[in-house]
Amino acid sequence: MDLAPRRWADTVVLAPAGRIDHATSEAFQRALQPFMERCAASQDHLVLDLAGLEYISSAGLRVLMLARKQAKAQAGTLAVAALQPVVQEIFEISRFIGLFDVYASVRDALARISPPALAAFDAA
Amino acid sequence: MRVRFWGTRGSIPVALTSSALEEKLVAALVKAAGHHLDTPEKARTFIAAELAWEVSHTFGGNSSCVQIETGSAEYSLCDLGSGARPFGNHVLATHGPGKGQTFHVFMSHVHWDHIQGFPFFMPAYIPGNQIRIYGCHAVLEEALRRQNQAPSFPVDFSRMGAAIEFVRLLPGRRYEIAGLTVSAKLQHHGGDSYGYRFERDGKAIVYSTDSEHKQEDPAETQAFVEFFKDADLVIFDAMYSLADATSVKEDWGHSSNIVGVELCQMARAKHLCLFHHEPIFDDAKLATVLRETRRLEEITRRDHRLEISAAYDGMEIAV
Repeated sequence: MDLAPRRWADTVVLAPAGRIDHATSEAFQRALQPFMERCAASQDHLVLDLAGLEYISSAGLRVLMLARKQAKAQAGTLAVAALQPVVQEIFEISRFIGLFDVYASVRDALARISPPALAAFDAA
Repeated sequence: MRVRFWGTRGSIPVALTSSALEEKLVAALVKAAGHHLDTPEKARTFIAAELAWEVSHTFGGNSSCVQIETGSAEYSLCDLGSGARPFGNHVLATHGPGKGQTFHVFMSHVHWDHIQGFPFFMPAYIPGNQIRIYGCHAVLEEALRRQNQAPSFPVDFSRMGAAIEFVRLLPGRRYEIAGLTVSAKLQHHGGDSYGYRFERDGKAIVYSTDSEHKQEDPAETQAFVEFFKDADLVIFDAMYSLADATSVKEDWGHSSNIVGVELCQMARAKHLCLFHHEPIFDDAKLATVLRETRRLEEITRRDHRLEISAAYDGMEIAV
């Protein structure tokens, strides 16, 4: 699965697209893992840009939960941004909305997480 | 077939509190302002038409006990939670104590909330009744006998007058019991639990409670899809939110509404009934979970519509 990584200073933005369900969640997990290893204190912040994500099942949410646990254990920063309405509702119904830092846009996430990343984003 | 829910609450029985009842009355009376409700009939019509279900009713608080009616004179039951007490009283009120009855009870597991109704199941004390208790656990009989022993209970199991028999089932096999084709499936739960699939006359009911779906293994997910396949009704442990089930309550042995919808959609089941309700949830909260689950089904529906309901004590579903 191509997560279309983009780096803005100390922050990496990943953009999973389409559907993450029981058929694709393992591929999502494999693609995400190398970035999670660097999602740690004094390394990278990570933002998941979900603007292109049409649907996420419980299997996909489980991958996000594991990522959240890993980020927490490594003192890293993991945020999600730009949820489509359907994915927003799934986050609300599953109560994942209360576990993640959720931002309306990638820019909003960068503004909160990293001033250097925001500056790089705005300058691009 | 017809399913009757005698106990739908998870983990421990609960009761509607005085303050919760008062809040319902306040909501109803405010809503009734300006209505001329001077007869019971007018009041009942108003309640049915104007009040939200969670205001006019309650989900109830007995722990797991579900009856499957087949039209047979013999009774079939899933689990012996505290709902077994009103069920037993209903049987006695219907037939009186003098006429022996036969009961077939299928046990998901022997955790306390699934067996605690048996010491208060009055037909068990009456000679002439026959009770066959089926399950896959080796400790089934021991667990039921032990809860009747001192110092936990004053009346020993040996003083129960009914003919009580324990029957060990093996998961994966099909049995013909009480006019039902029955199969059991191992589920992920502390000490193991088993789901049951009941088939009769081309209809299928699945009783799957106290079952955590960790979704680490696609083959395991697929096995549940097969177990739920084309079921007319799936009674499903939806105790937690998915977030809780995968974080702070991981390995506590329960599942979520989200996983229930997904498994039923994949299995093309017709009706998902949320069950084993979280005891800390009040009626308003459970109604919210039901509304949200229906909304989830709506926004994730592809070519198959899944009916969603939430079980309450006293609910009946025709299959």
